Amino acid sequence: MSFLAIKGLSARLRDTSFPILRDVFLSVEAGEVHGLVGESGAGKSMIGKALLGILPTSIEITHGTIELDGVDLLRLPPAERRRRIGATAALIPQDPLTALNPSRRIGPQITDRLVDILGWARSTAEARARELLDEVHIPDPVRVMRSYPHELSGGMRQRILIASAFAAEPKLIVADEPTTALDVTVQKQILKLIAEMQARHGTALLFVTHDLGVVSKVCQSLSVLYGGMVVERTTVRDFFREPAHSYSRALLAATPKYTDPLASLTPVPETVIAAVQAEVAAHDRSQRNG
Amino acid sequence: MADGRSQIRRRVGLKLWLSGGWIAFLVMAALCAPWLAPHDPLAQDLFLGRLPPAWVQGAEPGFYLGTDSLGRDVLSRILYGARLALIVALVAGSLTCLIGATLGLMAGFLRGWVDVVISRAIDIWMAFPPVLFSILLIAVMGPGLTSIILAIVVIDWTRFARVVRAEAMAQGAMDYVASAQVAGRRRISTMFTEILPNVLPTIVVLLTLEMGIAVIVEAILSFVNLSISTDDPTWGGMIAEGRTSIHQAWWVLVFPLVTLFLTVLSFSQLGEGLKDRFDPVLR
Amino acid sequence: MADLFTIEDLRLSLPDMTKKPLLGQAPRIDILKGLSFTLPKGEILGIVGGSGSGKSTLGRAMVRLLEPTGGRILFDGQDITHLDEDGLRPLRRRFQMIFQDPMSSLNPRHRVGQIIAAPLSLHGFADVPARVMDALDHVGLSRGFANRYPHELSGGQRQRVGIARAIALRPEFILADEIVSGLDVSSQAQVLNLLEGLVQELGLTLAFISHDLSVIRRLCSRVLVLYQGEIVENAATAEVFDAPKAAYTRELLDAIPLPDPDQVWT
Repeated sequence: MSFLAIKGLSARLRDTSFPILRDVFLSVEAGEVHGLVGESGAGKSMIGKALLGILPTSIEITHGTIELDGVDLLRLPPAERRRRIGATAALIPQDPLTALNPSRRIGPQITDRLVDILGWARSTAEARARELLDEVHIPDPVRVMRSYPHELSGGMRQRILIASAFAAEPKLIVADEPTTALDVTVQKQILKLIAEMQARHGTALLFVTHDLGVVSKVCQSLSVLYGGMVVERTTVRDFFREPAHSYSRALLAATPKYTDPLASLTPVPETVIAAVQAEVAAHDRSQRNG
Repeated sequence: MADGRSQIRRRVGLKLWLSGGWIAFLVMAALCAPWLAPHDPLAQDLFLGRLPPAWVQGAEPGFYLGTDSLGRDVLSRILYGARLALIVALVAGSLTCLIGATLGLMAGFLRGWVDVVISRAIDIWMAFPPVLFSILLIAVMGPGLTSIILAIVVIDWTRFARVVRAEAMAQGAMDYVASAQVAGRRRISTMFTEILPNVLPTIVVLLTLEMGIAVIVEAILSFVNLSISTDDPTWGGMIAEGRTSIHQAWWVLVFPLVTLFLTVLSFSQLGEGLKDRFDPVLR
Repeated sequence: MADLFTIEDLRLSLPDMTKKPLLGQAPRIDILKGLSFTLPKGEILGIVGGSGSGKSTLGRAMVRLLEPTGGRILFDGQDITHLDEDGLRPLRRRFQMIFQDPMSSLNPRHRVGQIIAAPLSLHGFADVPARVMDALDHVGLSRGFANRYPHELSGGQRQRVGIARAIALRPEFILADEIVSGLDVSSQAQVLNLLEGLVQELGLTLAFISHDLSVIRRLCSRVLVLYQGEIVENAATAEVFDAPKAAYTRELLDAIPLPDPDQVWT
């Protein structure tokens, strides 16, 4: 039994019925790091958002189930669902500059969740926050907890967001492009930190990214998305050795690789795009007819 | 690329048609008032005082919306009142817009000392209490159409200047402005060809809003008897009169009030509707 | 080969308004701290560095969107360091720029045709419509695109419009500032190939600013590595990648996540 099991999840725009997710199946075991890969508009972020219950209001889920720890979240009443998501899952957001409230100190932004949702005593929560900041290698946690976000660098803020995500010991964390806004040298530190924290806490991780290089560093398995549809699901090892789907192969060939400048950065051929679009169209037809 | 974002369309139409329809109707009514009005708006007949609207018991035929305490036809007065209201809306609104938007555009895009001068002027201007200011102005100049329009322009240009300045500043930071500079375009020319089209939707919304405000200001000034001569029919004047006889003749108050309300609402919705309909970025 | 750009001890500082005292001058932050290098004609120079390294500032100083506070910039032998807009205008045709974010660098309320035509009309070209069509052809966009608005295009198509606008004037030099960083890998490869082809066909000199060393390696003949406003490495591409001298360059290379699960991070 998988820890997270998404079955047949479909979502569309409310206004125009334009499909955003098409019959997505996905399972993540406890303690596994699973990558969601695709280009912009592929729907990779939407899966994480649907799971955390933070989809934009313009998008509705039409069918499917999201089972988290054996409970179908979509069947729960809203209040119950919020509570359950809050207790078992967390998010590492993309942009560390906007994810922290600029007018509040760091400390309460980490502890609020522990106090409000999990009902901890404030002093316990603060001790926990200090411990976590220490764990994400932030020097002088006491001072940092009294700081405002603008006093800290982007990398520092992302560390705080990571600490904050792990604070309530969630069983699943969704990381939505957590290093896209960072310099490559900082990205390396943050990726290593996420891997380290994930291993120590045994948390399942859903890692949304467009960067195949990043996937190869942190994930064990991955799903490749196109047009809201999973076109390939495999282990990282198999994917980089021999991608099964032609679109995956093209994506890999288009990814820049400084060690092999001539073989990389090959444009995705029109024929491959046409083929995968035909697959999406065929799927839509079968949905309508069956 | 199959992408959901391109699929989002704005719902337009109804708002634009309803508000535009009412304004068009009003313009027609104002232009054709002499032919449409069943009576002379100034004709008094004390025997016909406080007649109720046509569908109420005791109405006289021909006085569709009733008469006021002096026996003047309410419908005719509303029709003629529309003339003044629309002239004020159009002239005061456009002048305010022209002056305020130009200064705001210059301050927001050219920055430097131009911005310093204009911004300070706005700050100082806004520290004056506006109602007092306009009453003072009219007291000095004497009541009349020109005074009303001037009062509105003098008070409200800052509204445009502030908003347009902020918008022009935001647009000025975009790379297409840098791109125009790389292409060798002069600053002033950049302001008109690059910045103006991007702040124009905001200006249109503000303009129609301002027209609504102008109608209200005119009504307020009429209400406190500072508008044009008291005999001439104005909506504000009618509301002021109606207030005194609200218990005996509610229609004298209610009909001009409803007209005023619909007009102001239509002006503000017209701007939003026009923006939704004609802005290429939203379309 | 002649040098198109000669940069000597280039310095640029900006006032730090957050630390401005109530009265008096704000303290200045040094963005560029004395850079010297030359850019020969026909070369593709990669400029790489992290955020805050000054790479974009350097680019914008080269095309004189910013005025340096010290040093000299020679373009084709002419000192352009402190030229004003009137003095620059005749030169503007000769150096162009492609911007990072095509959404913000294309005026959202102008059609693609207008966008490409604007610089042409400014510089008094006679056959503007023909040149617009020619530019569209060069970047592989069909002529129908001239009537579209930027928001109707995909990211890759928008960036092609940005390129079309830059090459329409037939400049000698183009500055490309992070032009593929906002694109998906599939369109990224297409745009890079396109640019590479155009450089050869039109005999352009190119400065290519990027944070992505993999892209730089693919495209550039020479690389300038910036770190906190200073040049830490300036060498031929192969040399920078195979035998980096500066510690920062090595750090940068080590941090790139290769799409390869066997690469182990230390």
